[in-house]
Amino acid sequence: MNIKAKVIDEIGLQRTITRLAHEIIERNRGSENIVLVGMRTRGEFIARRIHAKIKDIDNSNPSLGVLDVTLYRDDFRTRLKQPEVSVTDISFDINEKDIVLIDDVLYTGRTVRAALDALMDLGRPSTIQFCVLVDRGHREMPIIADFVGKNIPTSINEEVKVKLKETDNEDAVYLVEILNNSEK
Amino acid sequence: MPLSSPHLLGLQGVPAEDIKLILDSATTFREVLERPIKKVPTLQGKTIVNLFFENSTRTRLSFELAQKRLSADTINFTTASSSTKKGETFKDTVKNIEAMKIDMIVVRHESAGVPHYLTKITRANIINAGDGRHEHPTQALLDMYSIKEKLGRIEGLKVCIVGDIAHSRVALSNIHGLITMGAEVSVCGPATMIPVGIESLGVKVYNNINKAIEEHDVLNVLRIQLERKAGTTFPTLREYHNYYGITAERLNEYNKDILILHPGPINRGVELSSEVADGPYQIILNQVTNGVAIRMAVLYLLGTRP
Repeated sequence: MNIKAKVIDEIGLQRTITRLAHEIIERNRGSENIVLVGMRTRGEFIARRIHAKIKDIDNSNPSLGVLDVTLYRDDFRTRLKQPEVSVTDISFDINEKDIVLIDDVLYTGRTVRAALDALMDLGRPSTIQFCVLVDRGHREMPIIADFVGKNIPTSINEEVKVKLKETDNEDAVYLVEILNNSEK
Repeated sequence: MPLSSPHLLGLQGVPAEDIKLILDSATTFREVLERPIKKVPTLQGKTIVNLFFENSTRTRLSFELAQKRLSADTINFTTASSSTKKGETFKDTVKNIEAMKIDMIVVRHESAGVPHYLTKITRANIINAGDGRHEHPTQALLDMYSIKEKLGRIEGLKVCIVGDIAHSRVALSNIHGLITMGAEVSVCGPATMIPVGIESLGVKVYNNINKAIEEHDVLNVLRIQLERKAGTTFPTLREYHNYYGITAERLNEYNKDILILHPGPINRGVELSSEVADGPYQIILNQVTNGVAIRMAVLYLLGTRP
C-alpha cells in the first residue's frame, strides 16, 4: 500500500462536516423531521459528528441510529472472507421520517443498496437521503449521493482511506495505491 | 474469522473463539427478532433440510423459524411419513435427499453419532439437533447465551446441572461448552442418574440439592423424562420432587439470587414447582426466544462460510 496524497486533513475534515450539517438542515428546511443513520463502522462516527454539529447550529436533537448491513449484502456467494455481523441500533420509529443515511466512502453503491433494503425492513420513511464524506466514483448501481463532502476521482487501483480519531487516532483522508489485490 | 468447522456436531472440542463468535453473532439476530419485519435476506437461495427421526416441537420449530427468518428454503422430513417406514435404509434416504440439491442438514436422531455419520456420506453442512444421549449443541449455546444476557458473563460463574445427567444430551453439551468458556460446572441428582466417572470431564458431583442451590450462581434444571418412566432410576415422581424438585421454599431458604434455566418441556411439580417455573428466578421463555437467535447465528455462520 502506497500513500499517494493526503486529500483532507484534520481542519479540512471539520470544515467539511460543518458544511454537510448546514446543507442537511438547509435541504430539509430545519432539522425537525430528520433522523440520522450512520453505517457501520466509520459512517457511525461521521454521523455522530454531523449530529453534534446539527445540535449546535439548529439547537435541536434529531434521533441518531446505527445500521449494520452485513445481513443484506449481495456478495455472500462470491467473497472469500466471512464478514463479521454487528448490531443495528435504531431504537426509534422511522415511519414518516426524513432519514439521512451517512457513510464514509461511496464507491460501487452496493452497500447503499443493501442499506436501503435494511431500512425498508424497519419501516416506511418519508424520504431517504444519502450523505457521504467522499465520493470516489466507479458506481455499479444507479445511486447518487444527496450530500457529498468531497468528490475524489480515482482509478480502480486506488483506494480512499478515511481515518477517524475514534478508530484510527487521526482525522484525515488519504488516497492510496493498491499494489496487489490481496491487500484489498 | 469463520468457524473452524463446516459442521456443528457437538460442543466437545469446539474452541472458545468459535463459541464466542456464535454467541456474539446471536446478538445481531436477537435484534432482528425485535423488528417489525423479522426477516433478512442473508441465506437466500440456500436449501436446508430438517431431518427429524425423533419427536421434537420446540427445537424443530425454532430451527424452522430461524431458517425462514434468514430467507432460506426449508423442507421438513419426519419419520412418521417417510419411506424409512417402507424399508429404505438411512443412507439411501439421505442420499436421495441430497440428490435434490440441498446445502444444509439439521438432524435429530435417537442414535448417538448419526450427525457424524452424515458428514461422511454427504457434502452438506450438518447441524446436530440432538443425537441420542450424546449432544445437543444449539441448546447448550442458547443456555450460555441466556446466562450471559442475564448475568453479563460466563467465565467464573458456578453452574449446576440438575436432574437425569446420564440420559441427557443437554447436560453433556452444556458441560463441554461451559467448561470451555471458563465456568465451574457441577451436576446434581440421584446417584442412579449420575454417570460413573463423570468427574473426569472436570465437573463436581452433588447429591444434596440444598447444598447445590447454596453454592451456585445458576441452576440448569433438566426435564425428568417421563417416557423413560420412574422406577428404574428413582422410586416415584413424588419422591424425586421431594428430594430434588426446585421449590420457592428451597430457593428462599438457600439462595434467593440464583438463576434458573430449564430446556423445556417442564414437568410442573416434578423438577420445578409451578411457583418457580413462573417465578422471578427463571428465564425459561427468554431461553426459547434466544434459541431462535442462536440457531440463526449458527445457520448464518455455517451457511455463509467461505
